[in-house]
Amino acid sequence: MFAVANKLREAGVLGLNERNVDFITRLNPRRLYPRVDDKALTKELALEAGMAVPELYGIIRHQREVRAFADIVGERNSFVIKPAQGSGGDGILVVIGRSQRRRNFYRLSSGVLISAAEIAHHISNIVSGQYSLSGNPDKAIIEYCVQFDPVFADVSYQGVPDIRVIVYRGYPAMAMVRLPTRASDGKANLHQGAVGAGVDMSLGETLTGVLDNEVVDEHPDTGALVSGLRIPQWNFILHSSARGYDVTGLGYLGVDMVIDSEHGPLILEMNARPGLSIQIANCTGLASRIARIDEIHDEKAGPEERARLARREFPAERQTSIEF
Amino acid sequence: MKQKYVFVLAAMLALIGLSVFAYKWQVLGFPVSRDQETPVWTIESSISFESGPGSIKVNLHIPTLTPGFRTLNENSVSRGYGFSLNYGTGGREAQWAIRRTDGTQTIYYRISVFADASNDQSDTTPPFPPPPVINEPFRTAVDVIVADVKEHSADTASFTSELLRLMNDPSPDPNVELLRSDSDTNARYVETVTTILAAARIPARLIRGFKLEGRQRNAEMLTWLEVHDGDDWRYFNPTTGEEGLPDSFLTWWRGNEPLVSVEGGSNVQVGFAIQENHLAAVAIAESQAAQRGATLIDFSLYSLPISTQAVYSVLLMIPIGALIMVFLRNFIGIDAFGTFMPVLIALAFRETKLFWGVILFTMLVALGLSIRFLLDRLRLLLVPRLSAVLIVVVMLMLIISLASHRLGLETGLSVALFPMVIIAMTIERMSVVWEERGAVDAMRAGLGSLVVAVTAYIFMGLSWLEHLIFTFPELLLVVLALVVLAGRYTGYRLLELRRFGALADN
Repeated sequence: MFAVANKLREAGVLGLNERNVDFITRLNPRRLYPRVDDKALTKELALEAGMAVPELYGIIRHQREVRAFADIVGERNSFVIKPAQGSGGDGILVVIGRSQRRRNFYRLSSGVLISAAEIAHHISNIVSGQYSLSGNPDKAIIEYCVQFDPVFADVSYQGVPDIRVIVYRGYPAMAMVRLPTRASDGKANLHQGAVGAGVDMSLGETLTGVLDNEVVDEHPDTGALVSGLRIPQWNFILHSSARGYDVTGLGYLGVDMVIDSEHGPLILEMNARPGLSIQIANCTGLASRIARIDEIHDEKAGPEERARLARREFPAERQTSIEF
Repeated sequence: MKQKYVFVLAAMLALIGLSVFAYKWQVLGFPVSRDQETPVWTIESSISFESGPGSIKVNLHIPTLTPGFRTLNENSVSRGYGFSLNYGTGGREAQWAIRRTDGTQTIYYRISVFADASNDQSDTTPPFPPPPVINEPFRTAVDVIVADVKEHSADTASFTSELLRLMNDPSPDPNVELLRSDSDTNARYVETVTTILAAARIPARLIRGFKLEGRQRNAEMLTWLEVHDGDDWRYFNPTTGEEGLPDSFLTWWRGNEPLVSVEGGSNVQVGFAIQENHLAAVAIAESQAAQRGATLIDFSLYSLPISTQAVYSVLLMIPIGALIMVFLRNFIGIDAFGTFMPVLIALAFRETKLFWGVILFTMLVALGLSIRFLLDRLRLLLVPRLSAVLIVVVMLMLIISLASHRLGLETGLSVALFPMVIIAMTIERMSVVWEERGAVDAMRAGLGSLVVAVTAYIFMGLSWLEHLIFTFPELLLVVLALVVLAGRYTGYRLLELRRFGALADN
């Protein structure tokens, strides 16, 4: 038992207790939580900072504004409606088109047609707080519907593949790609059976995947190889993640990004207590990277500089260090 | 830096808790185990006499210094007499006085003592006795004996035992015979011995007392010899010369003075009755502390009304449950719903007992959960949804109680003791986890809650632990210190070793 603990310690694996005591309570002050828990606020801050997020069409804050929905959407054919404080993907409505004959009927990603009145009812429910964990009145966000880049098409089963980057004190420390499976029901959550693939920080290339704590080479549903995929605009992804720190002020941050075929990487949301499974996906401990970041930490370094250092410092082990 | 403060704080808390505990345990004698009982002897002396025409004054020697025993309480029963305690040459004296009375009078003095080996108080060092004035022919006999014994002894102790051996010789020396002829009672004989010792300039005196054993209606007062060797008082059996007091010997009084003196009365008779009974050690410690004026005791839980005590004996175990929770959560890594839900469930298990508790809890949660999924389709707002679950839980409890009553399973009735609000919250949380993270996670956390509850129940039900915490509530500071320390624990959780096991192999 202690032997295993020592090995993990040597491998620099971060445990939940250490994460909570040393990083979350120390680096993530409570008062900053709303910046990531409220997606409307996150978006606002990200936009102010000029970061790439899915384009915001509008926010509905009160019941009386629900009718404004049609004006917000205008002539657009696809969009997403989601609660600002929702969790676990509850209450998200993805509209991918309209009925050919009647413009006020919308087609959902599942293929179902619903009327504008039904959408208004859904928004009304969101605003009343039905999907908010606290039960408080919420806001409905209407935004651009991401058109997924085909890079992960072969290794995803429906759903939303995304990229999670752990940012420690502004420095990207580790990343993984989360690939939905049939078992995970289209969700990109490792708990539910999604495949997590580690990412070589210096190249932006996927490593082997992990499914339920076991190493896998192929996607269980599509059979395609998980490793060796080049993530487009990797530099920009690291750069954006690093800026997530400047925007939120959270020293231990998880940044979730998706890649749009047209707009490139977009920040979907940020997380003040990102999980530790990323270590398994990368077969590497976070603690050793964190220790390295503490060594090279420079208060004055900008996000570009921090992203560059992350690429230099954290290549996958099979690679030799590359100078940038 | 923060780490240091935490350690200092934890150390301080633990130190305060443990030192109060040690003081109460070692000094005040609070028992660490529940069934500890101490034998307590009650010695009752009754003085009866015929009252004379005038005022009456009764003096009785009572215990002062009692090596090996401590006084629990003492009191006197006398009708119409004024009572006072005085210090005389032989120690404490109880004095009763009355102006006028008729007929046969009986006065009682009662003292309760318990064994305490640590009570070793001895008297002060006495001065060398002056050479006694002895008339002839005794004087010569004493001189001869002293000279003889001196020759066969090295120090005070050996002098005393040699003297006693000589005095008790079955075929005595003529001098011894002469001295012994004068002492008709045992007490008189010991008095003679003290006179001889005084002639040898050895301080000696009589001690009188009882051997405390069982129940004695007419206890025999024993006379023992006490000799000072320059450092300590030493005890000798006057008839055998053996050193030491008999087992459980309670010293009643010392010296040559009579036990009781009655002025204005006649036909005095004194009797002693001894009774042994057992008292909870806690009660003794309490009264001891009260006698010493230890203010700490004013905050003892035993001073509360019994019904309140019962409440606190349960409440004080909750921190233990919380400690178990902390351990299982942060050191083992078991998932559970709610922070303290398992502890409250464990409290309910105290009433239902474990087997039925687990069955009822599982049944309640399973039924509640299935109904919660039906409610889910209605898409209710949070507070109405929770209220609906709560109402369903109450109704389920009612149905379970009624059904089990019909079936003759009275244990089913105890389902009413489950904290219904907590169960409703558990069902809600479980259904949310079920939806967000899947059935496996929900079941695992549900099972985890049950494991924590059962573990907490087992620890909270340890009767010695319950007694310990109830008698020494200051130990909660130690629990607090442990919890504070655990709050800064950054090591791995046991289950993480398995979760990250693959990383250890690289």
